[in-house]
Parts: sequence; structure tokens; C-alpha cells
Amino acid sequence: MASQEMEELVRREYKEGFVTDIESDTLPPGLDEDTIAFISKKKGEPQWMLDWRLQAYQQWLKMTTPSWAHLDYPPIDYQAISYYSAPKREEDKPQSLDEVDPKLLETYEKLGIPLHERAALAGVAVDAVFDSVSVTTTFKEKLQEAGVIFCSISEAIQDYPELVQQYLGSVVPQGDNYFAALNSAVFTDGSFVFVPEGVTCPMELSTYFRINAANTGQFERTLIICESQAEVSYLEGCTAPQRDENQLHAAVVELVALDDAKIKYSTVQNWYPGDEDGNGGIYNFVTKRGDCRGERSHISWTQVETGSAITWKYPSCMLRGKDSVGEFYSVAVTNGRQQADTGTKMIHIGEGTRSTIVSKGIAAGRSDQSYRGLVKVGPRAKGARNFTQCDSLLIGDTCGAHTFPYQEIGNSTAKVEHEATTSKIGEDQLFYCQSRGIGEEDAVNMIVNGFCKDVFQELPMEFAVEAEALLNVTLEGAVG
Amino acid sequence: MLEVKDLHVTVEGSEILKGLNLTIGPGEVHALMGPNGAGKSTLSAVIAGKDGYEVTSGSITFEGRDVLEMEIEERAQAGLLLGFQYPVEIPGVKNIYLLKAALNAQRAARGEEEIAAPDFMKLVKEKVSFMKMDTSFLQRAVNEGFSGGEKKRNEILQMLVLQPKLAMLDEIDSGLDIDAMRVVADGVNSLRGDDKGILLVTHYQRLLDYIVPDRVHVLVEGRIAKSGDADLARELESRGYDWVVEDSAA
Amino acid sequence: MSDEQRFLDRLAERNAQRGNEPTWVAARRQAGAARFEALGFPHRRVEDWKYTNVRDIARTDFTLAGDAEFSPATAAALTLPVDAHRLTFVDGVFAPALSALGDLPEGVQVLPLSQALADNHEAVGGPLGRLTGVDFSAFAALNTAFMEEGAVVRLAPRTVVDKPIVLQFLSRSGEHQVMSHPRILVEAASSSQATLIEHHVGEAEAANFTNLVEEVILDRGAILTHYKLQEAPIKDSHIASIHVEQARDSRYLSFNLNLGGGLVRNDLVTELNGEGAEAVFNGLFYGQGRQHVDNHTWANHNAPRTFSHENYKGILDDRAHGVFNGKVVVKRDSQQIEADQSNANLLLSDRAEIDTKPELEIYADDVKCAHGATTGQLDEEAVFALRTRGIDEQTARGLLTLAFAGEVMDLVDLDAVSERVELAVAGKLPERFNLAGLVETASALNEE
Repeated sequence: MASQEMEELVRREYKEGFVTDIESDTLPPGLDEDTIAFISKKKGEPQWMLDWRLQAYQQWLKMTTPSWAHLDYPPIDYQAISYYSAPKREEDKPQSLDEVDPKLLETYEKLGIPLHERAALAGVAVDAVFDSVSVTTTFKEKLQEAGVIFCSISEAIQDYPELVQQYLGSVVPQGDNYFAALNSAVFTDGSFVFVPEGVTCPMELSTYFRINAANTGQFERTLIICESQAEVSYLEGCTAPQRDENQLHAAVVELVALDDAKIKYSTVQNWYPGDEDGNGGIYNFVTKRGDCRGERSHISWTQVETGSAITWKYPSCMLRGKDSVGEFYSVAVTNGRQQADTGTKMIHIGEGTRSTIVSKGIAAGRSDQSYRGLVKVGPRAKGARNFTQCDSLLIGDTCGAHTFPYQEIGNSTAKVEHEATTSKIGEDQLFYCQSRGIGEEDAVNMIVNGFCKDVFQELPMEFAVEAEALLNVTLEGAVG
Repeated sequence: MLEVKDLHVTVEGSEILKGLNLTIGPGEVHALMGPNGAGKSTLSAVIAGKDGYEVTSGSITFEGRDVLEMEIEERAQAGLLLGFQYPVEIPGVKNIYLLKAALNAQRAARGEEEIAAPDFMKLVKEKVSFMKMDTSFLQRAVNEGFSGGEKKRNEILQMLVLQPKLAMLDEIDSGLDIDAMRVVADGVNSLRGDDKGILLVTHYQRLLDYIVPDRVHVLVEGRIAKSGDADLARELESRGYDWVVEDSAA
Repeated sequence: MSDEQRFLDRLAERNAQRGNEPTWVAARRQAGAARFEALGFPHRRVEDWKYTNVRDIARTDFTLAGDAEFSPATAAALTLPVDAHRLTFVDGVFAPALSALGDLPEGVQVLPLSQALADNHEAVGGPLGRLTGVDFSAFAALNTAFMEEGAVVRLAPRTVVDKPIVLQFLSRSGEHQVMSHPRILVEAASSSQATLIEHHVGEAEAANFTNLVEEVILDRGAILTHYKLQEAPIKDSHIASIHVEQARDSRYLSFNLNLGGGLVRNDLVTELNGEGAEAVFNGLFYGQGRQHVDNHTWANHNAPRTFSHENYKGILDDRAHGVFNGKVVVKRDSQQIEADQSNANLLLSDRAEIDTKPELEIYADDVKCAHGATTGQLDEEAVFALRTRGIDEQTARGLLTLAFAGEVMDLVDLDAVSERVELAVAGKLPERFNLAGLVETASALNEE
């Protein structure tokens, strides 16, 4: 296939652009202590929460934006951002699916999004989404029965203040990094999950609650705690293109796993990447960290990232507990003018800790993508093991793919292996598929999906199917 | 010279050898046979001192010394040598280094001088040609990139240079074509002598056509179920192992 | 007084003693000093210096050596037993009495930098400082400010030098800790070929600072094999920046062998500017005690069909600290690149540390790039296998350590170099184990 055709194939446009809607109850741009007090008051928070936010703000003021990432974007004016906007009023939303752009619905169809979710995703007023509400209610009852707490972080601050106080910021401290400090000061909402000792959460969380995550704004805060022998699988995001008016996103996710606990956190991120010239896309600066506090605890991150103009994201594991396990499986696709600097950190502190990193990067168009990973083995982490596999696939000759793996090894019993390759889709591979009667587009999809297989198989079944479909849609274009 | 008494061995919690008894005298060639999973390889691994095998009771003595109390290398220096079923590849370590280091370690243990370089070269070359190998082989790293047959020849070459008192050969015939088998068998036969013992661990009778044993033992479920002379091996070849298993169960 | 100012004061002292020198040299010197002052010594917040702290260098008041006196007997014992054209420097000062250039083939020039500068030789006017500019690092700037001695090697087109050219740098123990800023310039014209051995060694008690800058220009089809055998005294600090520029079809083969020095940092950069150019970086570092060895390399693929291969091996014992940072950069439109990079490390002690970062930065799609890094211990199965042959555990580990280094050392053609390194690595083996005997046996076998 001629390289021009190949380019055509990967060129695509975002299915749904931004929509400007009537906003209400929105704070004017700017950030100072009053802004934070306003947010805290608006959410009816106790004094300790406000103090915590203000502490974070003071630290943030003294910090500077990290400059080490392989990213190029104009400086962000933090005073030009509005830090609070109330959710849309029901009457401003479309009242039924008929009012939604048919193209968006077509994309949902292609991605295989369940019918009952489509309306909610399209921003249709909740009243109109009968299915979704009833489903939600059913599952909430089931969770309560099992003793699992699953609610918004705002509700948790009101209803479970002692749990929030004990764990919030215990994995990602307020001053951890520039964006985490900003988030700590101004976070708007997010999820809270608490799975008590010995309980296996009876369902994959958030599959049916994707809607809850909408409208949490640009500074999301998530906290998940698994007590001893508890287990949960949490799904974040959505394969459907997400609309958002806010350009800057700085989320913080904290996971805590006690003895024998297991947390699986899966993400599909498909935010608006900007137009062909890179204008208007989302900046995504995320701090995600899991703390394997208990012995034999297990934290697994799986992510499929196809959106955002700028991605800065390193889901990490602090492997403190003896024999604890950390995993990171990632597929990142960049196209157009997208830039992504993403990877993971595996910090081996406890004895016998193990970690696995599998990262697959696909760069197309004029995008630039970097894998940045750290494997650190401390002096007490006897017998620590890491295996890292990190592959990049380039489509077209105007993109870039980079690999920056750091290994810091301070223990002679550690065994750390890193392998990486960079290559392109081989003409011979395409030819082979085509000579077996497979069309070009399908062949590219097949090869790309094969390249990502190791990661997809880590996703929960339902998500995996959607993720594959997402990749196909992403690479969809005019053939011939 | 080797005496194994009521040996019980556990691997990862399950008992593999359940009271094995075996005595090998000087000048004798013993063949240990048995179905897969009977514990044949476990015995030689325990005698050589491999990690992960727990001796829960029983004893192994070699020329009156308690083998289980000896370090791995002490066993080899005392003349107890194991030929591996799957010889490990050691990238970068030349065969010639291994041979010379091992030979000198053995001599040092006996209080002898290091072998003089010309004598060593003469010895090694003679053995290499006996095994129908090329001298370039000595410069290659131990077993690295060797074919299965080459690895087995290399095991025998080491035996010929080190001249163990008791050679234990674990499935030395597996993966060999008939020509290689003859070379290996010739090598093993040349190790035979009045003061030397050989223990062959094998699943097949074929090897025993070339190296005729004095005694044949059948290992079933961790114990020696039947012993006999070379004829027993032939009987096993035609009748299989099942009848021994049944007999021993009865 | 700031650390930087102390070095600048030493420079002013030295400049006052200088006679007339070409104005361009004085101008470069000034530019170097200004850049050094502006940059200051690197600190660990700078990504490239994240793992290496140069405070001990910055805080020491090094003087400049005034002479090149050195015991001929000691020098002879330290010299590599190889038939070569040799220039020797003592604490950076040229030592004619210890040098032995012999008869150089026609078309080959090997001369001390001081002489080239004094003659305002055409070899130094243009190229000096072109590859390693004062912006490269504070150390390169400092070197430029102090530059006065070193070596110039020039090969005319199609010249083949059979014997290696040895540049020997001796570090002397004495009352004062001294610094030297040697500068090496190699210009190999088209289709020329040579072997350069750079040998850093000295008296055990020395505690000096060598700050080397080296520029290597390889024209079309030129081939250079470059050994850097660094066995400086254990209290020496050694900083080196090596810049290579490669034209079409040239080949640069580097052996960066680091056994000595307390604080060692090597920056090795090659610019692959012409199609068919190939660079091979081989490296070995062995740290004991509290040695700190940092190797940074860059292979910049600036043209299509250029090739780089890198293999570095690190062995770290006691409380030694090793750093490896290898970077492959493939520029846009540099298609059909093949680049591979591998770093394997062996940690022999619980207090040793390795920080490794093999990086790929790729802007072209038709490339075959791979890298790998591993850190681990000796293969316990191999230790077991050797013990079953009667070899004691310590010897088995020594043999395997030697084998680990062997992958790099087997590529060394010069016996004098490989034996030196093998014996140094094998230094940890028990005494009664006659390794030298083994090495001998193996070479005897080779000769037959």
C-alpha cells in the first residue's frame, strides 16, 4: 500500500466537536483563597476539608510546572480558568435522543455502547434516561448488601469523614507534584470506593455508572480503598468521545490495597484531541498512584488512551507490602497533533515484590508520543522482580515515538529486565494479509489489534470489545 | 562405594522418593529404569546436591562419607559426578576454562599440584578426539548454542577428563541419533573399570544394548520395585512397565 | 568565594604566565571561561546529571602541574605492552622523555597540542571546538578555558596506520591535587584507518582531576578503532566528553573500558551524518569500593541508512554506583535506520546501585530500533552446574563474572588490552585459582 494511502487511512476527524451551552452559577476565571473557599462552601464541606485544600494551595504557589516531559505546549494561564461551574440544568439539556447529533449516535453504534447508556452519554436529561436510572438503582442496592461503599467523593466527605480523612492524600500527598497540588486545592468531585475486609465487590464498578462521572469537572478526585482480602475492579472513562468545555484536566486517583487485597483499575480515555492543527484539545495532566500497603496485595492498571491533545500520565505502584504485585498495561494511540508523555512507576520497597509493565504505543499523523517509566528497587526489596516490554509502532513518517525507561536498582538480588522495540507496520505483513483476501483497512486493524493484544486481554471483557472497536474507529479513514 | 538407605525425598511438599535403597559397588554398572514421574531424576539430583529437594529421612554415603553433609563441589571433588539430562548453557565461560578449573579443583582437593599446561592440553585433546569432537569446541562457551547431541557429548567429555569414581548419567541417551549414541556409549564404556561405578538413569532399553549393565532396577512410585540383571531390561522393553507396577501393587 | 570563582582564579593565574598566543585561541579561552561562569557546575536537578554529584570536584582546590617529572621505571611498569606510536602526558603536561613516537608512516601526524597551538597549525584553527562547543557542558567550557595541551592526530587520505597510536595519561601522586584539561583532536581523511588507544593510569595514591575533551572527525570511508582504557587511580576524578562526526561510509568502533577512578563520567556522542556510516559502542565498567561510574552516550542518526550498535556491561560490587544513559536519536526523514542498544548489569553486592536509562527518540517510521536493559545476578543454575564439576562456589562466581564481561572483551583485538581488563575483572577471584594460567591455556589453543 502506498504510504499516501496509509496516511489517508489513519487520518480521521473527531466525531463530535465542542458544544457551547448556556452555563449558570459559574465562577469567573481566577484562582485565589477566596475561590477555594467558594468551592468548599458550595459543596457544604467541613472546615478540615477547607483547611486541607488551602494547605495544598499554599504548596502549589511555591511550585513550578514540570519541564522534563517530552511535551510542547504554551504556558497555561491558571488565572484564566474558571474553577467552578455548576452542573447543567435539566431544562438546558436535550430532552431526548432525537435532539442529539445523529453522527454521535452513529459512533456509539459502531462502538457497541449499550442502548440504555447512549442517552446519558449524549447528555440527555436524566429524567429522559429511564433505563439507566433503574439499572443504577438496582445495582446500588446490591452493593449496599455486600457492604461496599460507592459514592461521589463529595458525599463521602459528608457521610464517611473519618475514612476520607484517614486516606485522602495518603498515597498522593498534597504537594506531590504541581498538578496534584492544584487538584488538591480545587478538586470538584470524583468517586469514592470502600470495600471492607474479605468482600469481593459483586460487580465491576462503574460499568453502569459512567454517567456519574460526567460533569465532575476538570479536577476529578478518586479514592479507592480495599481492606484485607477485599477485591474490586473499577472502570473509568468511556470509549465514546467525551465532550467537555474545560481544556485543562488534572485528576488525582489514589488506590490503597491492604493485605491480600486486589484492585484492578481500567481506563479508557477518548477526550477531544483538538482539530487538525492541534487547536482546542484537552490537556490531561493526571496523577494516578496505587499503594500496595499490605502483604501480597495486588494493584493492576490497564489503560487505553486515544484522546486528549496533551497527555501527562504515569499510573504508579508503591510496592510496600511483602510479596505485593504491581501491573501496568497500556495502549496509547496518538494521531493528528496529539502529544503524549505517559508511562508508569514501579517502586519496589518490600521484599519479594513483583511488577510487570507492558506498554504499546501507536503514533500516527504528526503526533509525538513518549513512554517514560521508572523501575526503582530499594535496598530492602530483596528478590524484587520486574519485567518491562515496551513497543512502539509508527504509522507515517511525520510522527515521533520515544522511549525513556529509567531503572534505579539498589539491591543485588533484584532482577529487572527491559525490552523495547520500535517499528512500523510492515509492507510484507500487509501484503500477506491482503494476499489472503483481507482488505487494507481490515489488515491494518488486524495488525494494530494484534500489536495491542497483550494489553486488551487485561481489560474486562466488555471493555475489551469496546476498546478494539475504538481502535478501529480511530484508524478509520478513506481507503482508496 | 555408594549406599542409599531408606531415602525419602520431598519436592515442594509432595513426597517423590519413598524409601529408596540402592548399593553400588566398585566396578559395577547399574541402570535405574522406570516409567515417567517415578522419581528417577530426583535420585541423581539429590546425590549431586541440587536445591529444592528435601531429604526427610534416610541416608546417602559415598566411600563411607555422608554425602548429604558435603557441599556440592566437595561431592564432585570426591569423585561423584552427575551428567545432566538438560545441561545448562553458560554463556561466556569457555569449555577449556571449565575443564581446567574443574580438574585443578579436584587435584587440589586430593592435595596434588595443578596440572602442567602441556600435560593438560595433551589430555584434553586426546579425550576430544575420542569423543569425535573438534578442538574448536573447547573455545566455545559451555553448551551455548550446542545441539542436544553436542551437549550430551560435552557431558561425557567432562567425565573423561575428570575421571569420576562414580558417574551418574541422567537420561544421557535422550535426543541422540544412533551415531551420537554410539560415541556416547563408547565414552561411557571407557569409564568402566574395577574401581569405578556407573549409574545410568534411563527410560529406554536402547542405551543398554550399548552399555550392558550389571544390575537393572525398576523404580516405581518412589521405591525400587524390582531388580535384576541385564535380562530384566529386555523384558521391560517387550512387556512395558505396567506389569512391574501391578506386581509391586500386589 | 564560589567554587566556580576558585577555578576562574586559577585560570587568571595561569593566563598571567602565558606568552603570546594566537588571538583566536585567547578568544576561545575567554568564551569558555564566560560560559563556565554562566553555567556553573552541574547539579543533580539537571536531568543529565541526575545520578552524578560533582560536588567533590567543585569543592577541591586543584592546581595546575608545572612539570612532567615521573619515574621512568614506574612509567614503564604502567605502560601497555604494545608496539605503538606513543605520546605520554604527566598530569596533563607533555613528557617528551616518556614518549616514543617512532617512525610515523607518511601522511600521519601525531603531535602535542601545545606544539600545534604554538605553530598555529592548520589542523587546529578550524576544527578545534567545532564539535564540542562551550555550550555542551560546564566541563567542556572549563576545558576550553584551560586548553593548552593534548594531542592532535591527523591522517591523510588512504593512510593506514598499522601500529596503534597510544595517548598515555599518567596521574601522579604529590603534595597538591592537580587538574588537567587535555584536548584531543583526531582528523581522519577519506579512507584512512587507524587504532587509537587512550590509556589513563597512574600512581595508586594520586587524587587528581582530569577533564578531557576529545573531538574526532571521520571523513568518507575512514575507520577508527578507539580504545579508552581508563584505569586511573582510585581517588582520581575523571570527566570526559568525546564527540565524533561521521561522514558517509565511515566506521567508528569504540571500546569504553572503565576500571579505575573514584568519580568517572563519560559523555560519548556520535553524529552519523552520511549514509552508510556506522558506529559501534562497546563498554565495560567495573566498580568496587565507592567508585562512581557514569556513562552517557548519544547516537544521533542525522542521515538515512546509518547504523549504530551499542553494548554496555556493568559490574558493580561493594558500594559502587553505576549509571548508564544511552540515547538513540533518529531525525525526521532519516529512514532505514538500524539501531540497537543493550545494557546489562551485574550487581555483586547489596549496597551497590545501578541507574540505567536506555532511550529512543524516533522521528522516522522506517526504522528498526530495539533496546534492552537488564539488571540481575549470576545465574544460580550455572553456579550449580560448575559446582557439580568440583569448582568451589567463589571460583564459580568469578568465572561467571568474567564470562559476563567476556561478551564485550571477546571483541577486543588487542591482547594487551583484553588481558589487562580480564585480569582486573578476575582480581576478585581467589588467589589459588590460576586465572592467568587459564587465559594462557586458551591463547595457546588459539595459536595452534
